[in-house]
Amino acid sequence: MFEIFGIPSTALFGQLLIGLINGSFYALLSLGLAVIFGMLNIINFAHGALYMLGAFTAFLLLHYAGVDYWWALVIVPIVVGIVGVVIERLLLQWLYKLDHLYGLLLTFGLALIIEGMFRNFFGASGRPYQIPELLRGGQNLGFMFLPNYRAWVVFFSAVVCFSTWFLIERTSLGATLRAATENPTLVRAFGINVPRMIMLTYGFGAALAALAGVMAAPIYNVSPQMGSDIIIVVFAVVVIGGMGSILGAVLTGFGLGIIEGLTKVFFPEASNTVVFVIMAIVLLVKPAGLFGRRG
Amino acid sequence: MKRFFALAALAVALTCGSAQAQNKTIKIGVLSDMSSLYAAIGGPGSVVAAKMAVEDSGVEKKGLKVEILSADHQNKPDIGASIVRHWIDVDHVDAVADTPTSSVALAVNQVVKEKNKVFLISGAGSSDLTGKACSPNSVHWTYDTWALAHGTGKAIVESGKKTWFFLTADYAFGHALERDTAAVVKANGGKVLGTVNVPFPATDFSSFLLQAQASKAQVIGLANAGGDTINAIKQAHEFGIVKGGQSLAGLLVFVTDVHSLGLETSQGLLFTTAYYWDRNDASRNFGKRFAKQHNGAMPTMVQAGVYSSVLAYLKTVAAMGGKADDGKAVMDKMKSKPIDDPLFGKVTIRQDGRAIHDMYLVEVKKPSESKGAWDYLNIRATIPAKEAFRPLNEGGCPLVKG
Repeated sequence: MFEIFGIPSTALFGQLLIGLINGSFYALLSLGLAVIFGMLNIINFAHGALYMLGAFTAFLLLHYAGVDYWWALVIVPIVVGIVGVVIERLLLQWLYKLDHLYGLLLTFGLALIIEGMFRNFFGASGRPYQIPELLRGGQNLGFMFLPNYRAWVVFFSAVVCFSTWFLIERTSLGATLRAATENPTLVRAFGINVPRMIMLTYGFGAALAALAGVMAAPIYNVSPQMGSDIIIVVFAVVVIGGMGSILGAVLTGFGLGIIEGLTKVFFPEASNTVVFVIMAIVLLVKPAGLFGRRG
Repeated sequence: MKRFFALAALAVALTCGSAQAQNKTIKIGVLSDMSSLYAAIGGPGSVVAAKMAVEDSGVEKKGLKVEILSADHQNKPDIGASIVRHWIDVDHVDAVADTPTSSVALAVNQVVKEKNKVFLISGAGSSDLTGKACSPNSVHWTYDTWALAHGTGKAIVESGKKTWFFLTADYAFGHALERDTAAVVKANGGKVLGTVNVPFPATDFSSFLLQAQASKAQVIGLANAGGDTINAIKQAHEFGIVKGGQSLAGLLVFVTDVHSLGLETSQGLLFTTAYYWDRNDASRNFGKRFAKQHNGAMPTMVQAGVYSSVLAYLKTVAAMGGKADDGKAVMDKMKSKPIDDPLFGKVTIRQDGRAIHDMYLVEVKKPSESKGAWDYLNIRATIPAKEAFRPLNEGGCPLVKG
């Protein structure tokens, strides 16, 4: 065993891995935000609330309908995706022509309402959600004990992130979508229903948030404020990665998870501010973000 | 001319009205965390408890009017202090109740003292509130970090688990709890192997748990509360901390935390509490009445403490003929003789503001032992009032003479 800055290397590897796990949540959440911002130009402050909605829907399904975790992974994103579509149709679609600020304020208000409703019905201290049978226990890696569930989280979110990136950047559907945001009039002239496309994109972003919520339910406290606890960090991730850049959101998500993990070893008191320090530095040096397209 | 008289009459009527209202309405402000991690511990439930206390005190039948106000301090000391200033200066509030989050309570404590009103502390935990920051205008009703440390810490060290590692919430309360518990551990022949200060509030504890695991300490002490404790216990379970032979000590756990964790995850956890609804007829009766008005949730010890402290306060004010302006005088009167409380039994308030009553060491039931929702705890031991709290002369409170 060797030491790095007085910390045994085994402990350090453990922390790197933990960082990667937390990074997967950042990546998954910032991915949805980036998709919505990139395609709709809406700064979606309701993203945290949708994430919480995902976790709570999973809890409700389990406790009132007996639907287990695996089915929840499929059903919850669909349900919350529909909620997203409804939000887009009823409210957001009127705002596209206005300043960003209106979308931000509307979604922020929505987040407060959704959170308040859940707090009223379920109280602030949250509800239990067990880890699914199949993923209980863990592996002893020698340098740390890795719970099976966390390994699953890293694997699954990497798959989801890659698929989303591939869908938007490498398929013809993605190309149409990107074209529709660049120049809606022209795309419409080709006979494509642009408003419907935008609506489905918001639904997709909401579904991604809900998916992250389901994945978080077994390890984090399923409580009404779980969304607002994480959303600010996720916004920082998106800003660092470059607003609207999908690849940037994913890579920054994982990267910041690791940096935060290391801070927790060397200077734990600063671990919840380090992300913002990095954000400030990045904004000074590269205002469009690390992977930003617009400069 | 007619109009002038009408206006004058109106003005006179208005001044009379407000003067009367000032004399006869007692205003109590419940200052709590209404929307974040401590909202289930105090929060809206504390308002329900305060209203129940008004009802049960019977002072309204004696002609006193009582008004309950409430506000959200968002766990920020500056916000808490400015709300209380506004309450006292503009709304003429006579007493402030609850106030979880020690950092906020310490700030409010100063303001209430300066304005000579009454501070009925239930939610905050730092033992400094009756130590170096003690005030003649405050009573610390329910629990404090010293009581928790001695209740839980001592029981665990005496069971043979001597080496400790602390996960400490990085603010006034967490540090006080860690300091008090570490002192108990050392005094009973134990050793503290390490501490990590966790930013408050936190979602992910895995990193910190890993450090605790690496320390090979027998006990991991959780010097935190509310959502932090829930997340830490949930994740410790996931990382197989307890299966690996280490045990968790929840230094401040509330019945709502157990509800949120589920018995599967929290079974066997030992902690200290001042109130559990299923202890005797009076506590059950209160618990059930409270739950009816609060979405079926049983009261925490903080909410029970708000009820009892407001009840005692109102009875004292009624006995003084409704004069609540001089906070210190009311407080002196409350301290003058023991109080017979329906929930806390015999309560005496010391010079330093500490309310003295029995505490209980409880253990979370196994899922098989529980008969239903909220049937969560077994009472393992009663810690008698005399031993439950820090001796008067050890706190460093300037009010204590000799």
